[in-house]
Amino acid sequence: MTITRRQTLIMAVGAAVATALPFGAFASVEDHITEFTGGAELGNEGLTLTAPTIAENGNTVPIEVDAPGAVSIMVLATGNPTPAAGTFNFGKLAGSQMASTRIRLAQTQDVMAIAKMSDGSFVQATQEVKVTIGGCGG
Amino acid sequence: MAENVKPKVRVPKSASAGEVITLKTLISHPMESGQRKDSDGNVIPRSIINRFTCEFNGETVIDITMEPAISTNPYFEFEAKVPEAGTFTFTWYDDDGSVYTESQDIAIS
Repeated sequence: MTITRRQTLIMAVGAAVATALPFGAFASVEDHITEFTGGAELGNEGLTLTAPTIAENGNTVPIEVDAPGAVSIMVLATGNPTPAAGTFNFGKLAGSQMASTRIRLAQTQDVMAIAKMSDGSFVQATQEVKVTIGGCGG
Repeated sequence: MAENVKPKVRVPKSASAGEVITLKTLISHPMESGQRKDSDGNVIPRSIINRFTCEFNGETVIDITMEPAISTNPYFEFEAKVPEAGTFTFTWYDDDGSVYTESQDIAIS
């Protein structure tokens, strides 16, 4: 079979769309990170993100962040339509830089936490959560 | 406007001065994400609580920015230092402008 010019064009457009879609979601996660860190480098030590490896119900996934010495911790659900999940800002009377809550996950994805430390550095922790039933259903 | 919004907090009755205590809060709220559609295919508009704060005698313990990814009936657990007897004030800010508050006293034992 010979491939016509038109077919080539259609394939090229299809490939471009296919690559552009996941990249679009990824860029938005990047935007959130840049906005929070100002482009600073991320360390890997000092932040503990606790989340289940398998979440049967994506509507309520318990997560916990713990970063001694942090000023604030941002949580991102990288595979959600809107990746930001929440930001914890610790005040003067915080007993520890720990907090737990429940979040929604649309699908199996990496949950990411970034902590801003009191010395101005940033650390991150990531964990993959497998979701059986997604939490953004309609 | 979210209906039947009811905050619940768990604070120990007393603590020793300087002790670190665990606080748990829950508030009944649908946290409509703005992603769901009704049976006719229309997007249900976003209606969430977008901020939660906890203060002790006017000093901030925690200030949380909340996004649509926070589950229905938002639950938070965190720790606070109690330097003296006083009052914990918990405040939730709704998208629709409503503010829900709850306070709890703590004594020094």
